[in-house]
Formats: sequence, C-alpha cells, structure tokens
Amino acid sequence: MKYKLFMLAIGVLLCALPLLAQEVEEAPPDSMVVGSVPAIPTPAPVTQLSGEDGKNDHGHAVMLSWELSADDRPGDTTSTVLSYEVFRWVPSMADTVEAVRLAYEEADAIMRSDDAPEGARDKRNDLRTRYFDLLEQYPEFYASYPENGNWKNIGASPSGSTTYEDQGSKERLASDYLPDFCDFRYRVDAVTAVATIRSSSEIFGPVQSSGQYFNTGRVPILIGVLVFGLLTLLFVQQARGGKDLYVRPLAGIEAVDDAIGRATEMGRPILYVLGLGSASDVATIASFTILGRVAKRVAEYQTELIVPTYDPIVMSVGQEVVRSAYLDAGRPDDYKEDTVYFVTQSQFAYVAAVNGTMLRELPATNVYMGKFFAESLLLAETGAVAGSIQIAGTDEIAQIPFFIVACDYTLIGEELYAASAYLGREPILLGSLKAQDWAKAAIIVFGTIGLLAANFNWTFFTELFRVTN
Amino acid sequence: MDFGLYLWTTLGAFLTLAIFSFLYKDNPFYKIAEHLVVGVSAGYFAVILWHNGLSPNLFQRLNDGNWYFLWMDSTAPWYLIPAILGIMMYTRFSKKWAWVSRWPMALYIGIATGVAIPLEMGARVNRQLFAIMERSIDWANFFGVGGFNLLDTASGLSQLIVFVGAMAALIYFFFSKEHTGLFGATAKFGIWILMIGFGASFGYTVMARISLFINRIQYIDNNWLQNGLNTGITPIEGYHAGYAVIFWLVVLIVVGYIIREIMTYLKTKEKSA
Repeated sequence: MKYKLFMLAIGVLLCALPLLAQEVEEAPPDSMVVGSVPAIPTPAPVTQLSGEDGKNDHGHAVMLSWELSADDRPGDTTSTVLSYEVFRWVPSMADTVEAVRLAYEEADAIMRSDDAPEGARDKRNDLRTRYFDLLEQYPEFYASYPENGNWKNIGASPSGSTTYEDQGSKERLASDYLPDFCDFRYRVDAVTAVATIRSSSEIFGPVQSSGQYFNTGRVPILIGVLVFGLLTLLFVQQARGGKDLYVRPLAGIEAVDDAIGRATEMGRPILYVLGLGSASDVATIASFTILGRVAKRVAEYQTELIVPTYDPIVMSVGQEVVRSAYLDAGRPDDYKEDTVYFVTQSQFAYVAAVNGTMLRELPATNVYMGKFFAESLLLAETGAVAGSIQIAGTDEIAQIPFFIVACDYTLIGEELYAASAYLGREPILLGSLKAQDWAKAAIIVFGTIGLLAANFNWTFFTELFRVTN
Repeated sequence: MDFGLYLWTTLGAFLTLAIFSFLYKDNPFYKIAEHLVVGVSAGYFAVILWHNGLSPNLFQRLNDGNWYFLWMDSTAPWYLIPAILGIMMYTRFSKKWAWVSRWPMALYIGIATGVAIPLEMGARVNRQLFAIMERSIDWANFFGVGGFNLLDTASGLSQLIVFVGAMAALIYFFFSKEHTGLFGATAKFGIWILMIGFGASFGYTVMARISLFINRIQYIDNNWLQNGLNTGITPIEGYHAGYAVIFWLVVLIVVGYIIREIMTYLKTKEKSA
C-alpha cells in the first residue's frame, strides 16, 4: 500500500512539473531571480534624449545628452542602473559598404606585395571607386529609416553620465568613418547588472553632423590677437616715424659685446647653442636674431664662431642667419659653411658632443639662447668648468634656475624676446616690444577686474575670457 | 645571465663609467663614449625618421604600389607638395641653387608662426587670465581650510599671494619703462617671487637628477657586479661583499671630488667678485 501511495505521489508530481515550469515562465518579465540574488526590476528609461552636431569641430561627430534614469541615483547604493548603452540606427547597406572597404584593403595589400598579379592595381582602384560611390549614397541609406536597417551598439557611458559623443573618423577609408550630412537616429538603453534587464529610451532623430569653418569658442583669442596686432602696428609706425622708444638695459645682452671682445683678445672661439627647439619655436626664432647680432660682431672682430645644432632645419636657418651677418659685416669670404653644423637629434648625445667641444676648443664665451630642457645644467656646468663667460636665455621656466646658478648672465623668459629688439633696434621689433608691454598692462588691469568680478559674481565679465575647445 | 648578455651589461657599465670619467677631465674613454653615442643616435634617428616620419606620412600616402607612378592613384596626391618642398631643401648642396632652399624654409617658419600665435595667445594669455577670474578669494577660509594653516595652498591667503605675485612678476617684465620708484619696487618684489619659484624648481629637479644617478649606480652594482659575479663567468665564484665595498669607495671618492671641485669653483667666484 505504501508503495502504491509513493508511486501515486511521484505521478502527481511529474504531472504538476510542467505546470510549475509554466508558472516560472509566466513570472513577470520585469524581474529575475539569480540564485539567491534578489530580483532586479526593469529600470526606468532615460528621458529627454537629444542630440546635436558637435560644435566647433571638423564634423563626423554628434553630441548626445539625456536625463538620468529614475533608477540611476548617484551615491545611492540601491540604484540599479549600471551603465547606458548607446545605439545608432544603421542601414543594412552599411554592411555592404564595409564589405567593399575590407575587399579594397585586401586588394591593396595584394597589390603592394612583391608577388602582385597582373591587374591587381586596377582591381584595387575599381574597389576604391566603388567604395567611394557607396559612401556618396550614405545620406539616402540613412533616409530610408526605419526600413532596411537595424540598431547598432556604438558605445556605452557609465551610470551617472548624461552625455555621449558619437565621434567617428574623418578618414573615408577608416573602419570607423562617420559620414556627415546623414540623418542619424539614436536610442539609449539603461542597463542593469543583468544585461538582459534594460529599458530603452524614446528614439531621437534625425540629427546630422557637419564641420564648422569658424570656431566660436576661440573668439576671445581672435580678439586678443587682433588687438595685439593693431597695437604692434601702431607702435611700429611710431618707431618708423622716428619716435625714440625706450628699452630698459638688459645686463645679459650688454655683456654680449664685452664677451665677444674678450674672445677676440684671448684668441679663442665663441660657442653659440641654439637649444633643442625647432625652428618654429618662439624662443628659437628670438635666438636667430641674437645669433645674427653675435655673428656680425664676430665677423667684424674676425673671431671664430662655433654653432652646433640639434635640429636640421634650425641648422639650415642658422647657416642663413650667419651667412647674412657676415655679408652685413662686409666679410662674406670669411664665412665658413662648417660654422653652423648638425650634431644629432638625440638629446644627451648632443650634450655629450657639445660638452666635448667645450673642453677641447675652450671657447672664451658660451651663449645659450633658445629652448632648453634637461641638458641645460649639463651644458652650463661644463662651460663653467672650462672657464668660459656664459650668457644664457630661455623661456623654459624649469631650466632658468640652472642657468642662473651656472651662468654669468641669464635672460629670464620674455627677456629673451626683448633682447632681440634691444640688440637690433629695428622699428618692427621695438614696436612689438612696446605692444607687449601694453598687452601686459591690459592683463594686469583685466586680471584685477576679473578677480573682483569673481568675488562679486559678475560672471558676464569672466565669461568674456573663456576659451573652449 | 648568459655570457652574451653579460658582455652587453659590461659594455653598458663601461660606457657609464666612461661618461662619469668626464667629471675628472676630458679623456680618451669619454671621447670613445661620446663618439659612440653620437654616432649610434644619429643612425638610430635616421631610422626613426624613416619609419615614423617619411614612410607613414609621405610615402605610404602617395604610394600605390608602383614606384614609377608613385602618386598616380593616391587618395592624397597633394602630399606631393611637401615632398617637392622637402626636395627643394637639398638644393643647399649647390652654391648656385642654394637660394631655392629658402622657399620651403620661409614657408615652414611662416606656417609654424601662424599656428603658434593663436596657440600661445590661448594657452599663455586667455586661459591664464581666465584661471585668475575663475575662482573668488576664499574669505571664509582665508588662513587655511578648516583652521589656521599658512601652508594650505587652497586658502584665501594663498590665492591672494599667487595673484599679487603673478602681477608683480608681470611688472618685472615691462621693458619700455624704467624700473624706478613704486614701479621699480613692485618689479623687485616680482623678481623675488620669481627667484623663490626658481629655487623650489631647482631643488625639485636636482632631486630628480640624483635619482637618475642612483639608477646608474644601481645598474652597475645590481646588473653588472652582482649578476656578473654570480654567474661564474668571472674567475671568482659568488658575489663577494668586498667588491661592493671597493665599488662604493670609488663612488665616494668621485662624489668627494665633485664636491671639492664645486667648492673650489665657488671660492674662485667669490675672489673674482
């Protein structure tokens, strides 16, 4: 009897199992039980999803923003939203376009290989033409929404974030190329710890990306450059008109002539180091002017000049400067091409070479003008050991202390730029120096007013100087 | 450590010591190291220039696989322009045509200046000015956040010192006005502020250099002496503490010599002043 009852109970249980299973399946879809983890409810979707073309850029970017899901409360441990996944509607043709691009890449690789078959180049070119033709049709493909396409996950933002930038490449042959002037549509999903439990926002679109020719975020810079340019023109005109513009004496520059005289008397060369900057660095450009002055004096006194350079372009410009200086001094035949020479573009190898030159040639004067980095002390220290008079100038703030310690005269920061004006006494340089002083006065005035504005919350004033992007 | 690696390590240690020998005076060992590093770096940078510069930025953009028609089917044929400008630089080898090289140089400097001016104006003027205006003086915590602390950089007093110091330093860099009277006194205050900053920067950087020196010493001690002696490559098995003692004695002598030289130099300076 017991056996029969037992078999009956098992039979009932087996019959009831499908029902139980059905009940589990019919459980509310907005919750799930994983082991002993409590059920996670479906999160509230993000709201107010919007997007706009990325501002002040070269295009190929859309900036999305939204309001946080109600279940994403920063700082609240009971928040269920872990991240936001961003989707863009992509036409089915995008797969074809990508397939053509990959075929082009493959054909390009075959064509470039050593055993490229005949006609490989034509095949590559045909694929490229086809690919570019397809790209031209992207606006039509995107306009076909919602037909013939699907949603593509393009990225994610952590919880608490309310923005996402859909930025693609501007290179047409890149895999992440994002075309401009297409009607993009977006959706943002609030995602929980269980990836399947999520909620989608309303669809936003269409929105197009495009590039801007004028960066409005840099208007303050434009105004600053224009005002400074006008001031420079004004003072240059004054200087050309014969007005005597005062420049306060700079000890370091006044010492240059004495140092050249010393070298002449001692019969030793002058070493001029242009630094490690490129020819486009402001400090290097200022240094060229000073080099011109030094070279002219050297030519007049018939002293030897040594200019080891770190950058090939700097060497070329330096050679031109020294050649012109010898010409101005009326001694073009004394100019030697080897006066300005290239050493190497490795920082410490350059230092080793210049240090060796210092101890072998024992120059009477070392002039360091331009952009310097970690090598400043190594050079100046060796020069001091060699017993040379040393004059340095750089706008690299971190290196100025070393020059101050080891050199006889140091031009601090902007003094380097002023030195070229002081030496040349040319109207253009003097005018720009005067304009710089006015610009500094303006900075002091605006800075003081700005500090007051910050204390009195006059944000309209401070915003005038904000530079974005 | 195998024998090959040990040889390279030994070479590294030799070159390190050869460079340090410059502290005594210029000598053949230093000359060897100097010429080696200059030559190697020149070759190294020639290869770097090709692989990181010319090849990806010019040839790969122009190349369609056929060197005879380099640019014919390129998607960026305008890269021929910088290529031609670059070739123009080689006219410097001819005295007759050297003037041609001035064109690319002028273009380069012109473009670079045009790019640099708005960048400098933005980074060194506008952004700095905006940084001054961005935060008001913290009057509530004038002498320190949460208590009296003059070293607190977030205090209102620190903010005020930074502002006044910056303005005074700016006044020092006025070149078209004589530094006399109140203006001169402010400029003097400005240069004091600058010097305090330079002093801090000097100390900070010197510490970094000391760490570089320690790194080289560790290389010689750990990588060369200890590892080399432990391999049995050298005649004496095992690392003997005596070697380290000798080595560190040599280091002490070198450091002592440097200090003596500096002191002598400073004394000479004082006498000449």
